[in-house]
This record gives sequence, structure tokens and C-alpha cells, in this order.
Amino acid sequence: MDNTSSTTATTTAGGLAGRALTVAFDRAEPVLADLDITLAPATTTAIIGPNGSGKSTLLRTLGRLQRPQRGTVLLDGADVSSIGKRDLARRLGVLPQAPQAPEALTVVDLVARGRDPHRRWYDQWAARDEHEVHRALERTGMLAHAATPLAHLSGGQRQRAWIAMALAQQPSTLLLDEPTTHLDVAHQLDVLDLLAQVHAEDGTTVVMVLHDLGCVARYAERVIALAEGAVVADGTPGQVITPEVLRRVFDVEADVIPDPVEGHPVVLPRRRRRRPDE
Amino acid sequence: MRWRPRTVLVTAAAALAAAVVGVVALGVGDFPLSPAEVVSALQGRGTRQQLLVVQVVRLPRVLTGAAAGAALALAGALVITMARNALASPDLLGITAGGSAGAVAVITLGGTASAAGWLRQVGVPTGALLGAALAGMLVWVLTRRGHLSGVRPLLVGVGVSSFFAGVVALLLVAAPIRDAARANVWLTGSLNQRSWPELAPLALTLALVAPVLLVVAHRLHGLHLGTDVARATGTDAGATARLLGAVAVALTAVAAAACGPLGFVALVAPHAARLATGASRPPLVASAAVGALVVLSSDLLARQLFAPVQLPAGAVIAVVGGPVLVALLVSQARRTG
Repeated sequence: MDNTSSTTATTTAGGLAGRALTVAFDRAEPVLADLDITLAPATTTAIIGPNGSGKSTLLRTLGRLQRPQRGTVLLDGADVSSIGKRDLARRLGVLPQAPQAPEALTVVDLVARGRDPHRRWYDQWAARDEHEVHRALERTGMLAHAATPLAHLSGGQRQRAWIAMALAQQPSTLLLDEPTTHLDVAHQLDVLDLLAQVHAEDGTTVVMVLHDLGCVARYAERVIALAEGAVVADGTPGQVITPEVLRRVFDVEADVIPDPVEGHPVVLPRRRRRRPDE
Repeated sequence: MRWRPRTVLVTAAAALAAAVVGVVALGVGDFPLSPAEVVSALQGRGTRQQLLVVQVVRLPRVLTGAAAGAALALAGALVITMARNALASPDLLGITAGGSAGAVAVITLGGTASAAGWLRQVGVPTGALLGAALAGMLVWVLTRRGHLSGVRPLLVGVGVSSFFAGVVALLLVAAPIRDAARANVWLTGSLNQRSWPELAPLALTLALVAPVLLVVAHRLHGLHLGTDVARATGTDAGATARLLGAVAVALTAVAAAACGPLGFVALVAPHAARLATGASRPPLVASAAVGALVVLSSDLLARQLFAPVQLPAGAVIAVVGGPVLVALLVSQARRTG
């Protein structure tokens, strides 16, 4: 469980929550409308939902990458907008969807950015920073590639490098927007196993937007289903990944059976659901 | 700050090369001096004539050129890094055109009063600043609050530059022929007859900007990865971008006020510095050193190439800068298309 070393992140008492979040872009229709959500601390939570349901927007709003028109985001009970930006970045790490890195940027330079919240402009690069970058590279298995430009890495390796950057921030909460999209199955397992390991070792709260329901069922302790900007279901994978929820959220007819080895729900999609008016 | 050894090496080499070119430039002209004589004159030793030529006549010109090159390169490095776009340099975005229009307005509307004294030292740079600020605001609006990726910002730049070129044309037509002629000469972009009145506001701006950059420049690392990642690592991306944008506009304006529009320095110098250091973004100090080197070398070439005919330094830079721009456009098109 928790290591006794001083570099281990501690679990938060209150966790991350959103109250009455309303986000509307230029469209008249809000993407999120008056949404309430509470993320259990020290838990791995998956947010699922169809395209356009607002998953990414919700994650970005919780991670302060997007300002809501109305509503507040709370971290440990405090309004996130009242917490200093650097302080927030030390507690909350966000990995946006498909991040773009400039050419010629090496892995170690990217991971070093994760130390920015811990340093002021006058701070020299300290041994502490070096140690944390090294540790992040080690945990993500990227130590051998530290001097390699990101452009020369495979998709899975690149994703692990970005995760290493987030880990270097030493956050107690980690938000990831579709970390496994565009990865093949082996790399998907790599990334998810890594996140599970981080969660197990540090007690980090992990929140991910995932498309693959198989991964969700295997790796998530809690699942939140979103549809049309509102929370439709919230519970364990066994409670949320059911034919009724799948019908309502994804508009598909599916059977759900327990995995013969590990017991988690396995989705067998049958067909696209016919609406009564079709 | 983590200093990369190669960056330090390139910066030192560029600065040294600029100094060498500067010393050579100080010795060139109607009254030639050897480099050794130049160095002595700089230290205060030599005949009265040598001291006059070096310290009073030529030194301000060389210093102005170096300062303008550094300022333009800095502005270019800042914008290219924040925009994450190799082509987004202030002169291609129309900022320089705005600064030119402002300066020309002061030169033509101020009449002969702007050839010397208060108007020359303060009026022209202020006009350039206002023009460049206006251009900056136009670009901000036309790129939908600063979306500077892709080729579209260049199109905006063409539009903004054309607008201000029209303003300049109007001013030149309306002004008395003597002032219009002076403005026309100014517009070619050269170091001819630049002296302390041009250097002072430029040096002042650089001195004011340096501490700001010292404090804020480390945020460029994060901004270079995009606003999302910058925000995720605790940087106030919006405020930082606006501040550094304002700094870039000010540097471009004051450099333009001093030497006229020296196009392409803000594009060529940062990319040369980036390639030389192998970094993922143009390092600020290295870019400034390379910028000074570029302007001083171009000016020296411009004076000596077809001596006694003196070309404007801007023409020489354009000969190099034009192909560089085309090469960048082609490589970007190849990557996306």
C-alpha cells in the first residue's frame, strides 16, 4: 500500500466534485446542464458515454481547463477558482485528449514540465526535481527513452511519457481524457496497468474518460455514465454496465455476462436499438 | 533553470561573432581603420579623428543595429513559441507594418520637426508603438482571439499589412514632398544615419523588457506545449500569452522605429537559433544574439557588396529571408498535406 517515503502523494480527504456545472460554447444548447458529480477519493473512476455526451467537457471543466458558465468545481471542499494555479497543479494533474508535442521535444524535457508547479522562476533545478523526474520515468518504463524525441516513439510510449509528466507533478488526483484511444490492445493494457499501479502505490484518485467498456469493467472501481450532458448512472461496474443503462446511454441492445475468469461484466452488443419512431 | 550546454555554446558563439562583425563594421567606411585601431579607439586611445569616427559617428549605428536585431529576434522567438507555429513571426502577422505606419505618420505629419529633437527620439517610437499595438489588436480579433496555428494567421497578416501599407501610401501622398521623401527613405529599412536618438528608446525598451522576460520566460516552456498543458501544470496561460504578446509588439515597434521595417529578422534568427541548438523551441537569449549577428552582418554586406553604393540592410536580409520563408512554408505543407 502506501510507501513510507516522503515522496509519496497523500490521499485527499474530500476529493473532486462539481456542483451545478453548466458549460455552453457558442451553441445555444449547453453541453453540460446543471450537472452534479462527486468523485470518490482514492478510487479509480471511469466516465463513459456516447460521443457528444459531454464527457471530455466535464473532465476538462473538473480539471480547470474549461471555465463553466455557471456552477463550481470543488477540490477537498474548496472552490477550485479560489485555489492558486500552482497549488492546484500540485494536487490535480490533467492529461488532455491527444496532446500535441512540438517536434524535437525529448521525453525528459516533457517530463520536466511536470515540475513547473513546484518551482518558481528563480528556483534552480534542484536535486528534488531531478529525483522526481527520474522516478516518473522509472515508473512509466521510459527511463531508457529519456533522451528520445517524442516524435520517434510509438503511440503507447508517447502516452506513457505524457503520464510520466503528470506523475512528476505528484498530484493526488489524476484526470485523463481518453488515454487509450488510438492505442492497440497491448498498449492499452500497458497504460491501464500503469495507472492501476500508480493508484495502488500512491492512493491517487484516478478519473478517466474511456470508450472501451471492456477496459472500464476491468479497471474501474466506479463508473459514471453520461448522456446528453447529464449523469445517468453512477455506481460499480456491475451496477452501471447493465443492458438497461446501455440501452438508455448508448442506444444499443446488448447482453451483459460475467467474465468467466475475473467476474467483471462483459458486454456483448447485439444491435443498434430501434427507436419507436423509426 | 536547466541550462543546456549546447544552447550556452551557441549563444556565446553568436554573441562573439556579432562582436567581431561589429568591430569590423566600425572600421569600414570613408575613413578605414584596422580592427586593432578600432579596439584601441573604443578604449579611448588613438587620434582625435579616430576617436570621433569610431565613438561618435559609427558606434551608435552598430549598437543600434545590434539592439534592433536582438529585439526583433526576441519578438519573433516569443510569438513563434507561444503560437506553436514556425511561421508566426510578428512581421508576417502585420505588426511591423502597423509600427511602420505609426512611425511614418509621425514623420510626415510632424514635418521637419520630426527630423531631430524630441519628435525624432520620442515621437517616432511612440507612433510606432501605437501603430503596432493597433495592428496587434487587429490580428487578435481577426484570428478569433489569438488562434495562431496553421497558415491562416499568415493570411490575416497579409490583410493587416495591406491595410497599413494603404495608410502609409495615403500619408505619403498627402505629405509635403520633402517629408514624404524622408519617410520613403526610412521605409527601406536600413542603419544609415542611425544614431543615439534612435538607440536610446530601443535600449530603454530592451532594458525594461529584460527583467520582465527573466521572471516570465520560464512559463514559455509550458505554453509551448499548448494552453491545455500549460494550464494543467499551473500556468495562467491567458494572462501570460497577453503579456508576452504585448512585449513582442513593443519590441517589434521600437526596433522598427529605430531602423525602419527590417523584415524577416524575426523569422530567420529564431529558427537559426533553434536549429543550431537542436532545441524544440527558439531559445530567447540565443535568438537575440543571432538576431544581432544577422543585422550587423547584413548591414556590413549591404555597405561593402557594391561599394561605394550603399544598399539598405533590409534588402540583404530579405534576400536570405525570402527563401527561408518559402522553405518553411513548403516543409509545413509537406507535413500537413
